[in-house]
Amino acid sequence: MAVKTLTIDGQQYSAQEGESILSVARQHKIPIPTLCNLEGLSTVGACRLCVVQIEGIPKLLPACTTKVEEGMVVQTSNVKLNKYRRMIIALLASEGNHVCAVCVANNHCELQDLAYQVGLIRVRYPYLYPKKTLDATHKEYVMDHNRCVLCTRCVRVCDEVEGAHVWDVAGRGINCEIVTGLDANWGNSETCTSCGKCVMVCPTGALFEKGANISEMEKKKGFLKYIITARQKKEWVYIAND
Amino acid sequence: MSNIITISPVSRIEGHAKITIHLNSKGEVDDARFHVNEFRGFEKFCEGRLLWEMPGLTSRICGICPASHLVTSAKAGDDILAIGIPETAEKLRRMLTLAQWIQSHALSFFHLSSPDFLLGFDADPAVRNIFGLMQLDKDFARRGIRLRKFGQQIIEFLGGRRIHTPWAVAGGVREPFTKEERDTLLEWFPEVKETALLAVDVIKKTHEKFHAEIPSFGNFHSLYVGLVGPKGELEYYGGTLRIMDSAGNIIADSIDPRDYYKHFGEASESWSYLKFPYYKPLGYPKGIYRVGPLARLNICDSIETPLAEKERRMFKLLAPKMESVNNSFYYHYARMIETVFAVEKIEELLHDPTILGTHVRSKAEINRLEGVGFAEAPRGTLFHHYNVDENGVIQKVNMLIATAQNNMAMNRTIKQIAMRFIDGKKITEPILNRVEAGIRCYDPCLSCSTHAAGQMPLEIQMLDSDGYLLDMVKR
Repeated sequence: MAVKTLTIDGQQYSAQEGESILSVARQHKIPIPTLCNLEGLSTVGACRLCVVQIEGIPKLLPACTTKVEEGMVVQTSNVKLNKYRRMIIALLASEGNHVCAVCVANNHCELQDLAYQVGLIRVRYPYLYPKKTLDATHKEYVMDHNRCVLCTRCVRVCDEVEGAHVWDVAGRGINCEIVTGLDANWGNSETCTSCGKCVMVCPTGALFEKGANISEMEKKKGFLKYIITARQKKEWVYIAND
Repeated sequence: MSNIITISPVSRIEGHAKITIHLNSKGEVDDARFHVNEFRGFEKFCEGRLLWEMPGLTSRICGICPASHLVTSAKAGDDILAIGIPETAEKLRRMLTLAQWIQSHALSFFHLSSPDFLLGFDADPAVRNIFGLMQLDKDFARRGIRLRKFGQQIIEFLGGRRIHTPWAVAGGVREPFTKEERDTLLEWFPEVKETALLAVDVIKKTHEKFHAEIPSFGNFHSLYVGLVGPKGELEYYGGTLRIMDSAGNIIADSIDPRDYYKHFGEASESWSYLKFPYYKPLGYPKGIYRVGPLARLNICDSIETPLAEKERRMFKLLAPKMESVNNSFYYHYARMIETVFAVEKIEELLHDPTILGTHVRSKAEINRLEGVGFAEAPRGTLFHHYNVDENGVIQKVNMLIATAQNNMAMNRTIKQIAMRFIDGKKITEPILNRVEAGIRCYDPCLSCSTHAAGQMPLEIQMLDSDGYLLDMVKR
C-alpha cells in the first residue's frame, strides 16, 4: 500500500493510502473534536464536528471520512473552524432538550464535554423545546429522545458489533428519530439481546440504565476495543477506562 | 370591590411578592392580600420523566430547602417501588432532614428576622439587616452564620454538595457516611448547641420587648397540621398526621399521610399563583390551617431530646388556658426550639454506630402505580404525590408545599397588621416593615432568592373602595 505525505497544522506526516485525516491526527495526538465517530465502529460523518480546512478546497471537509492525499495541506484548528464547531454544538443544544443539571449523564456526557471544549458559553439560536418522547418499556434500559443527538452510534454498534440491528433511523430532517425495529416499543423488541452496548456507546444521556439518577450514568466504552481486538487478533486484552 | 391590578407572570424569580391593601369607602382597611406572582410549572413539566429522576428534579424547586424536596421525593419513590430502605439509609436521610432544618431555621432567624428584633422595627432600613447586626453584636451574627454552616456542612458531607444534591434516591441514598466525616461533625459540639440555646434566649427577650406589638402579629384561630411520632412526639421524617384546633383539641389523629388528599383540598384565587390549601371537612376558607414550627410544637405531646423538651414546656405556657399557641409571632420561638431539637438529635445520630453502615440502597422495580412521599420541611409538612405507568414514567404529579399551606394564614396575618397599623392614607416604611415581618414569621419559601440580601422585593399597594391606587411603596 502506498504511503502518502501530508501536512497537518504545519507539520509533515506520512500516512497509509486510504487512511482518514482523523486517523492520522489521532495517531499523532492532534486534537480534533468528534461526536459521532467512535473507534471500532464504521464512520458516517454525521456530526460534522471534525471538519477541517484543506488548502485548495473551498468547502470544509470532515476529517473522519476524508482520505489522505499526497501533498494535502490540512488545518485542524483556526478561527473559522472553531466558530463552526461552536455553531454545531449550539445547534445540537437548541434542537433537543438538553438540561445538564438534571441529566443522568451530567459530568459524563460527551456533548457537555464538547461544549466546554469549543468554548460554548451561550446559545444564540432559539431553543426549539421539541416535544419528544421517552421509551421506558425496556426492562433494564431507557431511551430518552429528548437527549438524542442522532450520532447513530447505537445503530452502528448494534448492527456491526452485536449483530442484532435493533436500532435504525426514521423520519427526515428535524423529525429524524432513532427507532427500535419498525418503530415499536423497545420493550417489545424480539431482536434486542439486552446486551447494553448501545447504552454504553451513547455519548449523551439519551440511552441509560433504568434506575439511574442524576449524574449516575457513566458510560464504559472499554468493551468495544476489547471485542474488536478479540475478533480481529484473537487477543483478549481489556483496558479499563479506555 | 374590584381589583384592577394586572400582574404578568415573572419567571425565574423566586421570592417576588406583592401585597395589596383594600380600603372601604370610609378609608378603613377592608382586606389585604398577599400575591405570589411567580409561576414554576414543576407539576406539569415533570410529567413524562422517570420516577428515578424525580428527587433530583424536584430538589431544584428551591435553593434553600432542596434537601426537603429531595427526601420527600425519594420517599414517594420508595412508596412506588414498595420497598423498605436499609436502616442506615433511613438514619442518614433523617440526619439530612434535620440538617436542612438547622440551616434554614438559622437563616430565617439570624440573617432575616433577628435584625428586626435586635435593632427594632423602626430602625433605619440601611442598618436593619445582617450587616447592621454584625455591627451591633459581632459574636451573635457570627454564631448564627456558623450554625447555618454546620447544617450546610452535614448536607455537603452526605450529599457531596451544599445545594441541589441528588444524593437521596428511591430505595435509599447513593453514598454512605464516613467515619472521618462523622468525627469532623462531632467537633462542632458543643458550639452549635450553645448557639441554638442562645437564639432561644434572644427570642424570649424579644417577647418582652415587643409585648405591645405581638398581639397583632397574626393572632387568630386556625387548625394546626403536622406529623407526630407513634407516641405523639415531634416528628420530621415518618409518623402520621395530626390535626389540632386552636383550642388544643385533637380533631383528627393517626392519619396516614398517604391519604392527605382526602383531608386537604386546594382552592385557587385569581390574584395569586400560590394555591390556598384548606381542611376539607370545614371547607374553604373556614378550613384555614397552619403548618411549620408553630403547628408542630402545638400538636406534639413531647420532644424526645431533653433541652428542646424543656423549652417546649415553656412554649406551651404562652397559650391561654384551653388554647393552642395561636399567635404567628411565636413561629420564631418554635423555630428555634426545633433548632435545639435538631442539634441534639443530630448529636445522637452521630453517636449511633449503625449510621456508618455501607448498605444504603435497595433496588426494586415498579410495584405500585401511585406513591406519596412526605416529610416535615423547615416550613411545614411537604407532600409529593406521583402517579406512574408500569415502566416508571410519571403520569401525574401533585405537590403540597408547606408555604402554600400557610397561604391563608399569611393573608390573615397581613390583614391584621394592616388593620392595626394603617390609619391614614399614607404608607410609611416602618409599616411596610411590619407587614413584611408578618410574612416573615412564616419564613415563606418564595423569599428564597432574596434571603441573602435580607430584603424581599416587596410592593405594597393601597387601593380605595373603587379599586383606584392611592399609594404605593416599592422596594
